[in-house]
Amino acid sequence: MNKSVYASPDQESETKRHILTVLVDNEPGVLARVIGMFSGRGYNIDSLNVAEVSNDENISRITIVTHGTSEVVSQIEKQLLRIVPVHSVTNLDQEGSSVEAEVALVYIYISDSNKKKVYQLCDLYRARKIENENNTTIFEIAGASERVNRFIKEIKEITKVEIVRSGPVAISSIKKNEEE
Amino acid sequence: MNNEITGAEIVLKSLTEQGVEVVFGYPGGAVLPIYDTLFKQNSIKHVLVRQEGGAIHAAEGYARSTGKTGVVLVTSGPGATNVVTGLTDAMMDSVPIVCITGQVPQHLIGSDAFQECDTTGITRPCTKHNYLVKDVNKLSSVFHEAFTIAQNGRPGPVLIDIPKDVQFASGTYEEKNKIIIPSHRLFEPSPDFEKNKIEEAVKLISNAKKPIFYIGGGCINSGPKASKLVREFINMVGSPVTMTLMGLGVVGSSDKNSLGMLGMHGMYEANMAMHECDVMINIGARFDDRVTGRLDAFSPNSKKIHVDIDESNINKTINVDVPIIGDVKQVVEKMITVWKEKKFQIDDKALKLWWGKINKWKEVDCLNYNNEGKQIKPQYAVQRLYELTKNTKTFITTEVGQHQMWAAQFYKFEEPNRWLTSGGLGTMGYGFPAAIGAQVGHPDALVVDIAGDASILMNIQEMSTAVQYRLPVKIFILNNEYMGMVRQWQELLHGGRYSESYTDSLPDFVKLAESYKAVGLRAKTTDDLDDVINQMIETKNTVIADIWVTKEENCFPMIQSGSAHNEMMLSKGQKQDKKSAEKGKILV
Ligand SMILES: Cc1ncc(C[n+]2csc(CCOP(=O)(O)OP(=O)(O)O)c2C)c(N)n1
Ligand SMILES: [Mg+2]
Repeated sequence: MNKSVYASPDQESETKRHILTVLVDNEPGVLARVIGMFSGRGYNIDSLNVAEVSNDENISRITIVTHGTSEVVSQIEKQLLRIVPVHSVTNLDQEGSSVEAEVALVYIYISDSNKKKVYQLCDLYRARKIENENNTTIFEIAGASERVNRFIKEIKEITKVEIVRSGPVAISSIKKNEEE
Repeated sequence: MNNEITGAEIVLKSLTEQGVEVVFGYPGGAVLPIYDTLFKQNSIKHVLVRQEGGAIHAAEGYARSTGKTGVVLVTSGPGATNVVTGLTDAMMDSVPIVCITGQVPQHLIGSDAFQECDTTGITRPCTKHNYLVKDVNKLSSVFHEAFTIAQNGRPGPVLIDIPKDVQFASGTYEEKNKIIIPSHRLFEPSPDFEKNKIEEAVKLISNAKKPIFYIGGGCINSGPKASKLVREFINMVGSPVTMTLMGLGVVGSSDKNSLGMLGMHGMYEANMAMHECDVMINIGARFDDRVTGRLDAFSPNSKKIHVDIDESNINKTINVDVPIIGDVKQVVEKMITVWKEKKFQIDDKALKLWWGKINKWKEVDCLNYNNEGKQIKPQYAVQRLYELTKNTKTFITTEVGQHQMWAAQFYKFEEPNRWLTSGGLGTMGYGFPAAIGAQVGHPDALVVDIAGDASILMNIQEMSTAVQYRLPVKIFILNNEYMGMVRQWQELLHGGRYSESYTDSLPDFVKLAESYKAVGLRAKTTDDLDDVINQMIETKNTVIADIWVTKEENCFPMIQSGSAHNEMMLSKGQKQDKKSAEKGKILV
C-alpha cells in the first residue's frame, strides 16, 4: 500500500516477519529474477535460501524471510507470482503453524576459565561439536531461528565467537494439516 | 540427421510459423547468420530502422494498432542496450513484443568480448521474461513459448538472446503444437472465483445511485470484442464512463455516456464524477498516480469494483471492495449475462439526478481556451486536424508533453487501437517510430504523429526509414520552441525559472523534411492551418508539418501533483493552495 508516489489513505497494519517459500523452475537466472524483484521494488530480504528439491522435475525451493505490513507482503506474493518460472508462493506465517529450522556454525574460543560454561551451554542447546583445534572449537546448532538467536546471545556473554548462519528454511506443519 | 537446419533457419521458421509478417531491425556482427537467412527468404519482411530504439517503438506501434505481436531483431552489445527504453515502455504499457538479440559466441561469454553485454541481466527487470538460448535444439520451443508469454494474460515484451554459435549450429525444429507450456508459466484465471465475484459486482452496480465506469488500456488489450461488450454493458446500465489515456477509444468519444478522459489533464466532469460516485467500476485500469491524484482523497465514498488480468494490480495503491481477476472480454460478457438473467435494473430516478449533476459539471466547459488572434493555438490545431481527418481511417500517435495531452483532449477517438501513446513510461521519441509501425500494419490508413518540437528530435533519424519504405507517415509538430510541459511545471512550481526548457537552434523542419526527400509544410498563422493540414493529408509521401503555435500556452485543466480530483485547476489565473503545492512539488 505504500508503493504510490502519494501518501496512502489507509492505516497500515504493523510490520511483521514473514517466511515465504517459493517453488521455481530451476533455470538460469531464476534467482536473479526473484532477488531483482525485491530490490527493484524496494522490498526487504532478511534471509534467503535456495536448493533444488526434486531432481527429476528440476524444481527449486527458495525460502525468503522478509518483513513488512500485511499489505506489502501480499504485494510481494503477487509480484513473485508474475515471474514466469515461479510455480507457487506460500506465506507460511499466514498458514498459521509452520516448522522452521536453520543451521549456524559457530567458532568458539575456549580457555580454561570458560570451558565448563561453554560446554554446559552447548549441551543445553544440543549444539554439536564438529572440529576442535587448540583453543578453538566449531559447534553446529540447528533449530528455529529464535532458538539459535538465544544460543548466540548466551554464548557471546561467555566468550568470543564467530558465526555463520544459513537463514531459516520452513515447511508447513503436519499438525495443522491434521486439524483441517 | 537429414532434417537438421541451422539455428538461424530455426529462428526464421519459428517466426513464420507464428505468423510474423514483419520484423523491425538493425544488423550487426552477432546477428549476421540470421540476416543471411533473412536474405534467402521472402515470407517475412524486414524494416531497416536507423537506430534500434526506433525498431522497438515501431514494433510497439505495429502491435498496438494491429493487435499482433511486434518483432524486433538487433545485434549484441549496443544493439541490445539501445532497445532497453522501448522494452521498458512496452512493459509499462503491456505491449506484446518479441525482441531477438544476438550475443557473442558462448565460449566468449564473460570475457568482455567485443560488443558483449549481459543482455538478459540488463533486460530482466524490463521484460516479462527473457532467455539466453544455449542449445540450438531448444531454440524453436523457446520461440513458441516466447510468443505465447508475450501475448498471454497481461501482454508484455519477451527477449531472446542467441549466441552466434547457436545461430550457426545445426539442430531440429519443433512445431508450435508440439510444445507444451507448463500452466504455471502462463496466466489461468480460476473461473469459479470469478463467477461469485461477478454476481456480487453486478448486484452492486444495480444498486448504485451514482455509478461510474473507469475504463483502461486492459480493455484494448483484450481485443476489439472487449470494447464492444464494454460499450454494450455501459449502455444497459446507462452509467457515465470515463477513460484513461490508455483506454481512449474503448467507448467512442461521441457516445452519450462518455465523459472523456480522466486524470491529471482529464475532464473536469470526469474527475468530479470519480470523486463523488458511489460505485466505481474499474475495468482494465490500474489506479495510476496520473489518474488518482492524492490517494487519501481519492473517491472517498465509493464502493470499488476492479477487473484486472494482473492480480498484482489489485489493492496495489487503492483498496477495492470487489476484485475480479480475469480477461475483460470474458468478465464483461459474464456481467452482461448475469445482468440479463437476474433482470437487474438500476434506480432510474437516482441515475437521472446523477446525470443532472454531471451535466452541471459539463457546463464548466473545462477545455475552453482563448482562441483569439491569428496565432495558432495548439488546441485549435488539434481540433482542426480532427475535423479534417475524422472521415478518414486515421491512427494518431504522439510524443510526450503538452501536445500529447492536447491530442488526448481534443482529438476524438471512436474506436480502439487508433490511439498510440506512451502512457506508463512517457517516452519522448515514441510517436514517430510508432507511427511507422502503425503505417506498416495499415498501409492504406492515414497515420499522424502529433509531435512536439523537442520530442521529434529524439528519433528524427527514422525519417530515412519512412522515406525508404514509402511510408506516408505525417508528423504534425505543435512547435512552441519549448519543452512545453517542462516549461509549464517550471511556471507553476518553480517561479517561472525556465531552466533549460527553451529549445534554441531548432532545425528548419521544412528543409529537414526536404533533405530526407520528404515533404515539409509550415503553418504560421490560422490562415494557413487548414490548407497545410489538407495538403499534408493529400500528400502521398512522408510529411513534416511544422505548425507554429503560441509559445507559452498551458495545458488545462490540471490536477497538480498532491491535489485531489475535486481540486482541479481550470485555467492560468487559478492557484493551488500553497500548502498542497509545496507538498506536491516533490512528487513527479
Ligand atoms: C526521453 C524523455 N526525456 C525527458 C522527458 C521529460 N519530458 C516530459 S515532456 C518534456 C518536453 C517535451 O517537449 P516537446 O516535445 O516540445 O512537447 P511540448 O510539451 O512542448 O508539447 C520533457 C523533456 C521525457 N518524457 N522523456
Ligand atoms: Mg515543444
